[in-house]
Amino acid sequence: MTSLKKLLLGEQGLVVIFAVAFAIVALTVPNFLTERNMLGLLQSVVTIGIVACTMMFCLASRDFDLSVGSTVAFSGMVAVMASNASGSILIGLIAALICGGGVGLVNGVVIARFRINALITTLATMQIVRGLALIASDGRAVGINDPGFYQLALSKFLGIPTPIWVMIAFFIVFGFILNRTVFGKNTLAIGGNPEASRLAGVNVSNMRVWIFALQGLVCAVAGVLLASRITSGQPNAATGLELSVISACVLGGVSLAGGRAAMTGVIVGVLIMGIAENVMNLLNIQAFYQYVVRGLILLLAVLLDNLRSAAAGRRT
Amino acid sequence: MQDFLDFKAISKGYPGVQALADVSFSVKKGAVHGLMGENGAGKSTLIRVLSGDQSADTGEIRIDGHLQHYRSVRDAFEAGVIVIHQELQLVPELTVAENLWLGRFPGKAGVIDRTRLVGVVKEKLADIGIDIDPTVKVAALSIGERQMVEIAKAVMADARVIALDEPTSSLSSRESEILFTLIDRLRAQGKVILYVSHRLDEIFRLCDSLTVLRDGKLAAHHPEIAKVTRDQIIAEMVGREISNIWGFRPRERGAIRLEVKDLSGRKLRTPISFNVRQGEILGFFGLIGAGRSEMARLVYGADSRAQGTVTVDGATVTPDSPPQSIRSGIVLCPEDRKFDGIVQGRNIEENMAISSRRHFSPFGLLQPKKEAELAERFIAKLRVRTPSRKQDIINLSGGNQQKVILGRWLSEQGVKVLIIDEPTRGIDVGAKSEIYEILYELAGQGMAIIVISSELPEVMGITDRIMVMCEGRVAADIERADFDERRILAAALPDVSNASELPNQQVQSR
Ligand SMILES: Nc1ncnc2c1ncn2[C@@H]1O[C@H](COP(=O)(O)OP(=O)(O)OP(=O)(O)O)[C@@H](O)[C@H]1O
Ligand SMILES: [Mg+2]
Repeated sequence: MTSLKKLLLGEQGLVVIFAVAFAIVALTVPNFLTERNMLGLLQSVVTIGIVACTMMFCLASRDFDLSVGSTVAFSGMVAVMASNASGSILIGLIAALICGGGVGLVNGVVIARFRINALITTLATMQIVRGLALIASDGRAVGINDPGFYQLALSKFLGIPTPIWVMIAFFIVFGFILNRTVFGKNTLAIGGNPEASRLAGVNVSNMRVWIFALQGLVCAVAGVLLASRITSGQPNAATGLELSVISACVLGGVSLAGGRAAMTGVIVGVLIMGIAENVMNLLNIQAFYQYVVRGLILLLAVLLDNLRSAAAGRRT
Repeated sequence: MQDFLDFKAISKGYPGVQALADVSFSVKKGAVHGLMGENGAGKSTLIRVLSGDQSADTGEIRIDGHLQHYRSVRDAFEAGVIVIHQELQLVPELTVAENLWLGRFPGKAGVIDRTRLVGVVKEKLADIGIDIDPTVKVAALSIGERQMVEIAKAVMADARVIALDEPTSSLSSRESEILFTLIDRLRAQGKVILYVSHRLDEIFRLCDSLTVLRDGKLAAHHPEIAKVTRDQIIAEMVGREISNIWGFRPRERGAIRLEVKDLSGRKLRTPISFNVRQGEILGFFGLIGAGRSEMARLVYGADSRAQGTVTVDGATVTPDSPPQSIRSGIVLCPEDRKFDGIVQGRNIEENMAISSRRHFSPFGLLQPKKEAELAERFIAKLRVRTPSRKQDIINLSGGNQQKVILGRWLSEQGVKVLIIDEPTRGIDVGAKSEIYEILYELAGQGMAIIVISSELPEVMGITDRIMVMCEGRVAADIERADFDERRILAAALPDVSNASELPNQQVQSR
């Protein structure tokens, strides 16, 4: 009993839970373990997966970003409109990156320099940016003119769609940044104790601006891929994304109190979110129920986080 | 008198550490019993076991002959055991009286009986001789006063056994003296008091008996403190003789390294000016709240300056921020290790390398080997007691955490000015002398060092010059040759009548 508990709440607990869940689902849900479904599943978590990379940094440094969903929609919108107007996909891409990065930069500056609570700031930008996306498109979806744009999502390499490769690349790059660079260590240090980090010479406010700016840039990439996949810029795309992403991170062992994060955990968290959704689709469960399930997963995730830190027996 | 509190074969292990191994001793009723030992020797663990916070792996605790079976702090509380931890556990926004009643307010049907609430507390406080108004908020009290309130809490609960874990480490000497009188009174009432401290003076002043722990084992038990000597205790603690813990060596002092001119800030209104020379160790002494830490934080740029300049080797340090200061060669080892020092959830290695790693991390890429080497070097040098450098810093004993934070700054490269605020708070005698050695060595290499300390013997023991601060001003500036305990203390006291007699004209005439 105690060893089971240890296993579940320990470092590798999540991987164990994931493996078990995966095995059960693979055995019981028809059509789950097919190549087509697996690729579909991975496709479906691309947005969450990519955005979770930087959300991990945000949470690890004791911050929070609610504006990611809006930023994804907005930058996807911008990419489509800019490439339609200019006739160049590259310009569309650059415009999206500038807009996404810009939103992140604003978030970062307001939070780090003006010391406004991250929750409030990003709640505000979440609405503003969504509003901007709606204004820019007059509330309608904007179709992509250049078929080359579809190719971003449709093209394959070694039989696997490009967006999945992009996601994998992000996992590797951000995993490396977290574990092997000063930037990553400083992020975790800030989350562990911001004041001590500041006095230790970590430029805390610069770091936070950077983290949010990165988050914005990464949202832009996710937005472009999403627009390409749904063949249009949708002002209402990616609603509720922030919650799925945060759930995935927390599920992956990123502490909401900061200072604790691991890329492998986040990957597993993302996959669990994806599997839950995929299974519900395969079993034809109504979309309405999916909200309930998503909420439950989030609750479970936080509960697990709590149990885990209690089990770690941290002295206060 | 019979044995009242009995520890029998107590053992407690953590992953990789045997914190306590087969510890047995007993304490008589109405005795103050000292508990000493190096950092990580197991003192706090023993107290945690006694308080029900942690359960021992094996062993028994008896109080008044009765075997105790408690599993939680609550159980221990009911058995009459109360522990006063170093980090105090009061609610700042409640009044003193409310804090003392917390959890069992007097009154009916949820309506608090205000007169009883304050009345009883007033009586109790007067009873044990604590002079604090029960209706003020705890937030308004000094640390010393809060400690009194904690003790009052124990007394209100009719505790039979009271354990204090390094209670004086953040008290001024005057506050400590008040605490000692209070403890004397509790002893007279027949309580059993366990007293953990690294300060031998206090142990001799207070305790009737003493236990020394080493590496989790009982190193010595002295039923009568009068029969031991300081040197004997030190030898029992660290396993070797330390003849002179200060080990002061005179040094050449060179050109001016740090020059501070008219520096002031929000918490330090009177502008302050001073300088430190190459190879000089300058002490800042004063009562708690005299403005020494504020001064240090201003020099380092941790708080923003209202005015003034800081120059290192003639070059002005701008803008004032910690990263900039570090680049200019000024570092500060802060006073409050819990809030300003340790990064919780990260291991020793990361805590040590946090600042200095930028020197050996090309393009921001970590060099795990170099970090490991750095950590191992300072773990050995400062004798940090830990199973490995990968241990989460939060799992270290208080003094060992302090050592890690010191290691962070001692490992920094290109330091010209080292400011350390209360460097040896909570650190054992053996490690203390190691740290002083390191300071002399660094000063010998030309570093300018500022040591802030509330321990007069320490400041007098290791510095070349002392600046005494009082109520945010420099009250005296004394060379080593003229060190005189009484003069320093007099300058530190904020007494208006003798302030005019003190040699602080230079400050006032400005
Ligand atoms: N939760 C924990 N996990 C792992 N090790 C621990 C934990 N708590 C204490 N230890 C270890 O147990 C040993 C004894 O620690 P303890 O806090 O009792 O020392 P101490 O004598 O109070 O030292 P100090 O004088 O520094 O306060 C130390 O080596 C410490 O690292
Ligand atoms: Mg201790």
